[in-house]
Order: sequence, then structure tokens, then C-alpha cells
Amino acid sequence: MRIGVFICHCGSNIAGTVDCAKVAAIARSWPDVVYAVDPMYTCAEPGQAAIEAAIHEHKLDGVVVASCSPRMHEPTFRRTVERAGLNRYMFEMANIREHVSWIGKDMEANTNKAAELVRLAVEKLRHDVPLTAKQFDVTKRVLVIGGGVAGIQAALDCAEGGVPVVLVEREATIGGKMAKLDKTFPTVDCSACILGPKMVDVAQHPNITLYACAEVEEVSGYVGNFTVKIRKRATYVDWNKCTGCGACTEKCPSKKTPDAFNEATGTTTAITIAFPQAIPKKAVINPQYCRQLTKGKCGVCAKICPTGAIMYDMQDEIVTEEVGSIVAATGYDLMDWTVYKEYGGGTYPDVITSLQYERLMSASGPTGGHIVRPSDGREPKNIVFVQCVGSRDKSVGRPYCSGFCCMYTAKQAILTKDHIPDSQSYVFYMDIRAPGKMYDEFTRRAMEEYGTEYIRGRVSHIYPDGNGRLTVMGVDTLLGRQVEIKADLVVLAVGIEASRGAPQLAEKLRISYDNHGFFMESHVKLKPVETNTAGVFLAGVCQGAKDIPASVAQGSAAAAKVLGLFAKDKLESDPQIAQVDIQRCVACGKCLRCCPFGAIKGTEFRGEPKVQVIETVCQGCGLCTSTCPQGAIQLQHSTDNQILAEVNALCQC
Amino acid sequence: MNVAYYPGCSAKGSSKDYEISTQAVCRALNITLEEIPGWNCCGSTPAHAVDTELSAALCARNLDIAASQGAKLLLTPCPSCLSNLRAASQRMEKPEFRQRVNELLDTPAAETFPEVLSVMQGIAMQLDKENLALRVKKTLKGLRLAAYYGCLMSRPADRMRFEDPENPQLMEDLLTACGAEMVDFPLKTACCGAAFGIPERAMTARNSGRILELAARLDVDAVITACPLCQMNLDLRQTQAGRALNTRFHMPVVYFTQMLGLALGLPRKQLGLNKLAVSADKLLGKLDDPRLADAEGGQQS
Repeated sequence: MRIGVFICHCGSNIAGTVDCAKVAAIARSWPDVVYAVDPMYTCAEPGQAAIEAAIHEHKLDGVVVASCSPRMHEPTFRRTVERAGLNRYMFEMANIREHVSWIGKDMEANTNKAAELVRLAVEKLRHDVPLTAKQFDVTKRVLVIGGGVAGIQAALDCAEGGVPVVLVEREATIGGKMAKLDKTFPTVDCSACILGPKMVDVAQHPNITLYACAEVEEVSGYVGNFTVKIRKRATYVDWNKCTGCGACTEKCPSKKTPDAFNEATGTTTAITIAFPQAIPKKAVINPQYCRQLTKGKCGVCAKICPTGAIMYDMQDEIVTEEVGSIVAATGYDLMDWTVYKEYGGGTYPDVITSLQYERLMSASGPTGGHIVRPSDGREPKNIVFVQCVGSRDKSVGRPYCSGFCCMYTAKQAILTKDHIPDSQSYVFYMDIRAPGKMYDEFTRRAMEEYGTEYIRGRVSHIYPDGNGRLTVMGVDTLLGRQVEIKADLVVLAVGIEASRGAPQLAEKLRISYDNHGFFMESHVKLKPVETNTAGVFLAGVCQGAKDIPASVAQGSAAAAKVLGLFAKDKLESDPQIAQVDIQRCVACGKCLRCCPFGAIKGTEFRGEPKVQVIETVCQGCGLCTSTCPQGAIQLQHSTDNQILAEVNALCQC
Repeated sequence: MNVAYYPGCSAKGSSKDYEISTQAVCRALNITLEEIPGWNCCGSTPAHAVDTELSAALCARNLDIAASQGAKLLLTPCPSCLSNLRAASQRMEKPEFRQRVNELLDTPAAETFPEVLSVMQGIAMQLDKENLALRVKKTLKGLRLAAYYGCLMSRPADRMRFEDPENPQLMEDLLTACGAEMVDFPLKTACCGAAFGIPERAMTARNSGRILELAARLDVDAVITACPLCQMNLDLRQTQAGRALNTRFHMPVVYFTQMLGLALGLPRKQLGLNKLAVSADKLLGKLDDPRLADAEGGQQS
């Protein structure tokens, strides 16, 4: 075998603490290595051309590149060797950047470790055989999880691209958090008016199947061929019959049901349609408050319903959908701000969240768009906005910035002045973060045109002053002074957290999530929409704090990824997977039990029971190969012999 | 229950009433307070603000004496002493810190110190609400009170170990068991201005004024304290506080031990009520008024 070795400098990233020329010189002494050099940037166009030239010139039949993590550039170099006529799997990579140069400063030790890692790669390559990828069919349908604005955008773009979409929404209506907003920054246009038509498009698009009141129960399969089980929660209303006329909601006697859509600023009926523009516009019964379901007597809605849609005995239903790709767009929830006892911990009615304030300002909200104090219904004059409640606060485990609160607080201050011209708004802030297009101008408008008083500092204490108002005590860090404001209403800009159940969904999808439950993108800069699981993409706040434009952009980006994936009729599977030596297999079944992907099935060979690997399902994790007592299953390109050869090469005395 | 007792400097001067009422109440509840022989000042704010090792050394000496007497538990009435003693115990768990502190002491401190609690926590540990209620001889029914812990009693949370540092309930529990009506007092852990009464008198007057103003607005009969400095600022400086807010207060500021003593039926002379700057006579009169004591559920606002 004739092997070529390329020890990359990566500028000074590697060469700064590794003697690359020395590693190349050492490599020349190893068996089968006929060529070893240390280029400056191996991945650059001249670097790749040099690999191709060396393959031709030195008649190489295998290449080792020692550089960065294979995560980014293994596919790059596989393509390079393939262009020069080699099998793309006759290539090995040694990571001497993340595993060596970035983590140690000792030049000599680093150089030795780099040489050893390259030695392992060479030894592995010596035992590699050419492999060929198998092709498999793709189910050209996509599942979008979450019907907020990001999911809606992804669903519509995919549907427009000709791909059938299954959209799953946990709540009774799509629209997400955006549907609850009164206006949007920085244009102060009506949220429902710009989102509403998109929601209608979802309902009317022939390529979109919408499951509301539904959650993903189970996901199996792999890119191109996922099988998804969806739990449709019992709504106690047959949506095929329900026309959304709302007669039931008018007559329902259980009128003290907390109104989730209105963020508990008001009450609703036990049978309800979330809001006038709800999609689907169907009634849902809240079983905790329905008199028929809790006490067994009422039945008013069943009597009143003109289409006979009420079904008190409805059960959850599981539907199964086959899709080739999945977009997660599960959004966010507000953190539990009641941990802030200094703000009353939720005991003062006139201390509310910003989302509750949106509902108070919204014409479809519980007050018909009139800003009033929840305690006594009076119009507030002094309104204090407190930013960063549960953002950038390590003491409550929320060290990150929620991103959009500075902007919506400015918007709410502007709208407050529009609603109540003789009102005065105060905003306590840490820093104003307004980096978007027209954003800083917008916050300046709140200050300069609308007279909002911005106070840089935190609020230490909010308490009722005994006269029906609230005393807000804080600090003005610019003046170095304590501040005390008498407020009629306090609005907390409560920070966000990952949507309820996000980590559990991530595990079903086999994607990573961070300490706070936000889903991890494949690469922070270059793969912001992809995940580490092929075929699963991200859109919106489920990946991290984002405002509406960014969520919409990522929804479209995820759709582009799905359409790109589906542009191919067949996908290629990685051939570095488990393979059964049929003669050695004794059909003990241990591999069947340990495989986490269900990639092994029983078969028969000349009348004997045996097992077989389903090539497109196997992920090459290697669990079965280390479990097999016979050594009958071998992972291609990580065979027992290869690993032993590496150990032997490393353990020479 | 025999416990070591660290009175703190104030007990011998500005808060004699807290001291004698603490002694009387503990005696009545069978808590035997054994004063640490030859105790010294905990160093208070001047020590810990400048040098934590000096502060720890001053506290360690007291803890060491208590430990050598075989004490497992040490009570102190003053939140500032409590904070310093507990901080010293916590910091001495680090070997390097312990070593540096030991260098400041004549002899190295004992390896283990007694557990330090406030007198309030000690009383609550000795008997729960139900048992305290059984000991009440003179119900506080009819009195409407505001519990004021001050900023130090419950904070920092991990050091002082009150259930909720922003909204402690221990004093309310004790006094409710005695029959008093406790209002929800949002400023219960606000700062009175503390030692700034000397360098920044206006600030202390403003802070104390805010507390007294809310108490007056909530129409309470007294503010109940557990801290010598809080009591002094709210009581002795009440005229200053009133002036800062362009008003006059007549708000008795009473130690919780004095209230407990009243409820336990102890002789009033043993409770030091005559030491209060703002007279508690009206409050006592209310307590003696049989019509109020018999009124169902106490006074409503």
C-alpha cells in the first residue's frame, strides 16, 4: 500500500504548538508511508489540489490528513481523494487541533501526541478496504413540530415547494406566541393581522395536514424514512362536525375556566375556541372544568350544538405518519418568575408579565384592548416596566439574554402612551440591546417622542404601599442614586426558557440540547439550522432566543434544507456499518437486544437461524460488535483487527 | 435545654430591654442560657468589612470557649452577631483560612464549633406553634402587629437559614400562636439604614421612615423587631424619621421577646418595656382592655 500523509498547519492554529514538519518527517519512517508533507492550509483549494497531485504523482492508494475535527472537513477530503480516483473511504483523518494543539502548550509533548495520533490513522488506513455507499428511497413528506410563526413559515415554504407537510401543534390553535401579541416592533403593525393570513394559508393549503391538540409520541427510523407516532389528545369535540360557530361557548355554564390563551388575565368557558382567528377554528373542552366530565351532569353544549359534534367519551388517538424529514419548531415558554419574592412572587395582582400586558392591550383580549389594573379595573397612570426578569441572572439559573425583551418593552411603552395619553412609563433596564434593523431608532423613539423614562438599574423591591399603589424601589446606576417610583401597574419583562417538554422531545428526535433545554444546532456558525441527526432541522426559538424576523428566516431556512434534501430521489447511506459474518454467527440474539436502532433482524441461511444488518438503519455505533461473543459482527472500518493493529502500533516498546 | 449564650455588645448597652426580655422568656420556656464566660465583641461591621480573618478570629475565640464548655448549640439575640458567628464557622471549614485565623489566636481554635442560631430560631426549636399556644397566659388577641426582621436576619440565605429569605414567617408563626393578628408586611426585610445613622443620617431617617410609614398605613399597633440596631433606628430615631417624611409617627417598636413575655404572662417589669423611647402604653392598654381580648378574631382593618 502507498500512503500519503498531510500534516496541516491550520495557519498557526496547529503549527503554533505542534512541530508539523517534524511530525511529517516521523511519518515518513512508518511502513507504507511513501509521502508526507506539512501544508499551511490543507482544506483550501491549493491544499486540496496538492493532495490530488500527490495521489497521481506518487501513485497513492490511501491518504491521511492530520488537521481539525472530522466533523466539518472529513466530507471535504473524502471528495478530494474521490476526485483523484481513489475510493472515498480510503481516507483517514487525525484530529491534532481540537485534541492536541488547542488544549496544550507544550510543543514537544504536543508534537509527540500528534505523531501518535497520525500513526493510529495510518495503521487504520493500512487495513481499510474500499467501501461503496448503498442507496435508499426517500419519503418526500416532512413533519413540522410546532405551529408558531417559525413552524408556520417552514410548513408553508415546504408545501409551496411541493412537499406534503404534517404540522403538529400542541395547543388548540396554531399561531404560537405571536398570535398573543397585540402589535409587533419596530413597525407597530398588528400581530394578528400579519400572522392571521399565514395561519389561514396553513388551513387551506392542500399540501398541509394539521394536527392541533397533538403531540409527537414516538419517532423511529432515519433520514428519508422516519416513522412518527402522534398522539391526538381528546378534545371531546368531533372536529369533522364542528363548524366553529361558537354557540356552545356562549351557553357553557362553567364560566370560571382560566383562559390560557389570554395568559390567565381573564376567564373563559370550559368549552372554548381560543380566539376569533384560531386555526383550526374548532371548539375544545377543558376536561378539568367541564361539568359533564367532572360531575357527570350538564350536557348543555351537546344540546346546543347544531351539528351534534360533542363527544364526551372521546379518547386520545394515536396516528402514524411516514416522513423523510423533521423540522422542530417548538418555541419557548416564559420562565417561572414567581421565584422573585422581592417582586411579590406572584401575589400582587397589579404586577403582571409582559405577555399578560399584550393580552390587555389586544382588542381580542379580556378587556377589549383597554389597559386596566387587574386589581380594581382602574386605568393605570404610572406604569413601570422591569426588564431582565429571569434573563441574564445566574442566581435563578438563567444566564442568557432573552433577546427581544428590550424591543417589546419599548413597544409596550409607546403603545401605553397611545392608549393612555396622560400616562407616564418608566423602564428599568440593564443594557438596551437593540441591534436589529431600525431597532435602535425604535427605542430612541420610545424615549424621545413618547417620553418614556429609562432608568439604568435593577429593581430591588416591589410592594404595595397600603394606598392601593405599588412602590417600586430600585437603583439608577448612571446617577448612582436610589430610585423610588409610585406605580399603578408593574409589567415584568419575563425571560424565556425552552418550551415545556423540549428535552424529552429532543431525546425522541435523538438531537442534542443544551443545559437550558434549547436544541443544539450542528455548527454554531455554519450549520445553524441542521442538527447532528441527519434529516432533523431546527426553526425558531427552540434553538435559542430569536425575534419574529429571525424566527421566520430560520423557518424558511429549514424549509430550504428540507427541499434540498428531497431534491434527490435517493439518499446514500454510510457504508461504515456493522456486517455479519454469516458463518460465525450462532444466532444467540444478543445483538438484536442491544441494538438501539432496531437495525438487526433474524434471518435464515441454509436452514440455520442467523442475523442480518439492515444497512440503511444501522448507524455504525458498534454496540453489537462489542456484544457479539463470536466476533461475528464487525463494524466496517473499525474491525477488531484494525483496532488491534492501532493498539500494536501505539504500544511498541 | 441548656445552650451557650452569646449576648453581644448591644445587650449590655443600647438593647438592655432585648436582653432582659430574652432572659425572662427563655427562663419561662425552660431554655437555660449559659453566657459564654469572658466573651468578646464579634467585631460587628467594622471588623468584617475590613478584614474577614480578623472578624473570624474574634468570633472563633467566642465559639472556642463555648466549645470548650461542651456546648452543642449557641444562641444569640443579635442578627449581626449571628451573621458574624455563622460566617466564621463557615469560613473556618477551609483549612487555609482556619490556619490563618489560628495564627491570630493565642491557641488554635477547636476543630468543631457549636451550631449557632438566633434566639428566635432557638425558641421555635424548643417548642412548636401548638405548644407555644398552650403556654400563653395572656392572649395577644386584638393586637394587630407588623413583623419586621430587618435586612440581616434572613440573609444571606445560605448563611442564616431562614426558610424564605425574602419573606420569612418565623416571627409571624410565634406571635400568631400568641393570638396576635400579623399583617402581611412587605418591608419586613427592608433595611432600616443600620449603622448609617451616624455618617448618613438622612438616609437612615428615610429608610426607617419608609418602614414606619407603611406600618402606620397598615394601621398596626406596633412594629415587632428582632435586631438591636433596627429597634434603635425605628424607635430612638423615630422623630428624625418622621421629620424626613414631613410627618410624626407614634409607633411603638417592640422586641419580639417583649411581646412573647407579655403573652406568657411574665411581669412587665422583667420585660424592659419602660426602656422604649416611643411609649407602648397604648398597646398595653389595649391588651388590658377586656372588650378587645374577648372580641372574636381580633380587630379588622
